[in-house]
Amino acid sequence: MNFKFILLSVFAITLSACVTAPEPVPVKQQVVAPMPAPVPEPEPEMPPPPVAEIPIEEVVPRGPEPGTSEHFKYVSGDDRVYFDYNEHVLSPHAREVLRSQANWLTRYSGAIIVVGGNADERGTREYNLALGARRADAVKAFLVSQGVEPGRITTVSYGKERPIDGRANEEAWAINRNAHSAVLVGGIS
Amino acid sequence: MSRALRLKEILGKMVGAAVLFICVFIPIQAHAQLEIDIVHGAPQPVPVAIPDFLSAHPETDQIAKDMAAVIAANLERSGLFDVLDQSLYIEQQTDTDYQPRFSDWRLINAKALLSGKIVREGEGRLRVEFRLWDIYAKQQLDGKRLATTPDNWRRIAHKISDYIYQRLTGEDGYFDSRIVFISESGPKTNRRKRLSIMDADGANARNLLANSDLVLTPRFSPVFEDKGVRKKVQLITYLSWETGRPQVFLQEIETGNRELLGNFSGMTISPRFSPDGRKLIFSMIKRGNSDIYVFDRASRSTTRLTTNQAIDVSPSFSPDGRNIVFNSDRGGSPQLYIMGANGSNVKRLSFGEGRYTAPVWSPRGDLIAFTKSHNGQFHIGVMAAETGKGERLLTSSYLDEGPTWSPNGRVLLFSRETRGQNGRSSIWSVDLTGRNLRKLPTPGAASDPAWSPILP
Repeated sequence: MNFKFILLSVFAITLSACVTAPEPVPVKQQVVAPMPAPVPEPEPEMPPPPVAEIPIEEVVPRGPEPGTSEHFKYVSGDDRVYFDYNEHVLSPHAREVLRSQANWLTRYSGAIIVVGGNADERGTREYNLALGARRADAVKAFLVSQGVEPGRITTVSYGKERPIDGRANEEAWAINRNAHSAVLVGGIS
Repeated sequence: MSRALRLKEILGKMVGAAVLFICVFIPIQAHAQLEIDIVHGAPQPVPVAIPDFLSAHPETDQIAKDMAAVIAANLERSGLFDVLDQSLYIEQQTDTDYQPRFSDWRLINAKALLSGKIVREGEGRLRVEFRLWDIYAKQQLDGKRLATTPDNWRRIAHKISDYIYQRLTGEDGYFDSRIVFISESGPKTNRRKRLSIMDADGANARNLLANSDLVLTPRFSPVFEDKGVRKKVQLITYLSWETGRPQVFLQEIETGNRELLGNFSGMTISPRFSPDGRKLIFSMIKRGNSDIYVFDRASRSTTRLTTNQAIDVSPSFSPDGRNIVFNSDRGGSPQLYIMGANGSNVKRLSFGEGRYTAPVWSPRGDLIAFTKSHNGQFHIGVMAAETGKGERLLTSSYLDEGPTWSPNGRVLLFSRETRGQNGRSSIWSVDLTGRNLRKLPTPGAASDPAWSPILP
C-alpha cells in the first residue's frame, strides 16, 4: 500500500513539474460570437518519466492443489517409505510418514490409493516379487491400523522391476527398497 | 546296459566331480567306433567336417550352404565339436550315396564327416538326405531322409544336429527346440519388458504379445497338446501386469489364444507346469503372504500346498511329478526346500552359506539348479536333487539368475545383468560341467529364458 502511494505521488510531482503553462491565444475581434473556450495547446512531447525499480515481496507459495497426489506427497512428507535389506518391518521414520499419509486419507475420505511394493536388485526376480508384496502389505496394514478403510487401499508388488535409482551401490539399493503410496483417485475435503 | 542304468551310473560319477571331457573309442566288434563321452568330459572338442550339402537345383543352392552352416554353428556352440574349416577339405563329394574317401578326411584329422544333399521334390517341397561317417572306423554312423517345405529348412538343420549329437554322445540333443524370453528396452529406471520367443540358436526371434510392457518369467508346458487333426500347440505360462497387478496367464504360441489363470483376488506369481502339463503350480499372495498352490486345468480347482507365514515361492516339480522344490525364507533367509506333490514332508535342501533362490528341477531328475547369492556375487549352481549334496557353482557375476535346463539336462541358460545405471541383461548358456560359458545372440537386451522340450 505504502509503496503504491509513494509511487503515485512521485509520479504526480514529476508530471506537474514538467508541464509548461500554455501560451496566451490572441483574441480576434468578433462582435456577437461568444468567446470560444480556450483551446489548450497540445502538451509538448516529454521523455517518459524515470521509473524507479522497487523490489516486491516473493509470492507466498500456496502448495499443491489440495486433495491431489502432489498434495498427498507434500503433506505426508513422502509418498514412499523405505526398508532395510530383505526386510518388511516399518522403521520409526516410516511409521511417522505413514501416520501423515493416514491423516491425509482421513481428511480426503474419497481418495483411493495403490501401494506398490519394491525391492532392490540384489535378489532374484520371483523372491523379490514376494518381498515387494510383503512391503506393500506392511504399509496397508499400518494405514488400516490408523483408521483408513481397507477397501480404499489396494496393494501390488513390482519386485525389482521399478527401480528409481539405477546405480549399483548401497545408497541406490536403499532408495529402491520401498513401498510407494500412489493416489489413484484424489479426494475432496 | 540299459539307458536308465547308464544314466544312474553317470549321475553317480557326476556329483561333486571335476568333470573332464575326453573322447573315447568304444570297441564294437572289429571296429573302434567314435563316441564322445560328454559326462566324463572332453578338454578337446572332436574335429568334424561339414561340407555344404549337395544341391541338384538352383533353387536349393543357398539352402544347401545355409543348412551346413547352421548345423556347424549348432555343433560348435555345444563345445563338444570343432567344425573344421571348409577350405581344408580335400575330397569334394559329388554323390553322397557313395562312401567318402576316408583317407582324405583322415589327412585333415576329421573324426567324423557329415555329407548331405537336398532334392527339390516339385513345388514347395524339399527332401534332405544326410549320412554321418566315422572316418576312422570307416563306417556310416547314421543316415536319414527328411522332408519339409523350403521355408522350414532350419528345423531340418536342427534335427540333423540333434541326430549327430545323439549318435556321437549317446544322449538326446537339444537343438530342435525354442526359447521363450523377455526382450528388454529402455533405461534401467523405465524399462519395457516384452514376451518373446526364438529358436534355440537365436534365429527367428519375435514378439508374442503386443502392447504389454511388463511381462516376466515365461515357461513352457513340457508337453505338446493336440489341437484338431495333425495340429499340435505349445503352451506357455507367464506373468503380466496388464490388469494392474501381477497375474498368471496361459497362452498358446501357435494361435496366440490366451487366458488369465483362475479367478483369484490376489496376486499370482512364479508359475510352472507339471510334467504332464495338466496342472500349474504357482504362488498366490494374500495379505502380503505368498503360499504355493496347484491349479488343475481340467477341473479348474485350486489346492493350497503351503500354509506358512513365510515367503513360499518359485515351485518346480520333479520330472516324475512326485515332488516339488521351492524357495522359502521360513528359516530366516531364502533357502531351498522340497515337499511331496501334496505339500507333505517339507524338508530343507540347501545348507550352504548365502541365499538360495529360483530352484529348477532337471528334466533328468538328478539335479536341481538354483541361483545363489553370497558375498555380493550371484551364481548359477546345481546340487543333488534328493539330498542337496554335492553343490557346484557354475557361474559367478554381479547378477546371474533364473536358470533353465536344456531338454537333455546338460546345459543351462540364465539371465546375466551387468552392473550400474547402464546395466544390461543378456541370456547366457553354460554346460553342467561349468564349461562352455556363452552369450546367446538376441536382437536386444534379454532376460528370463525358458527352454522348451524338443519340438515334435
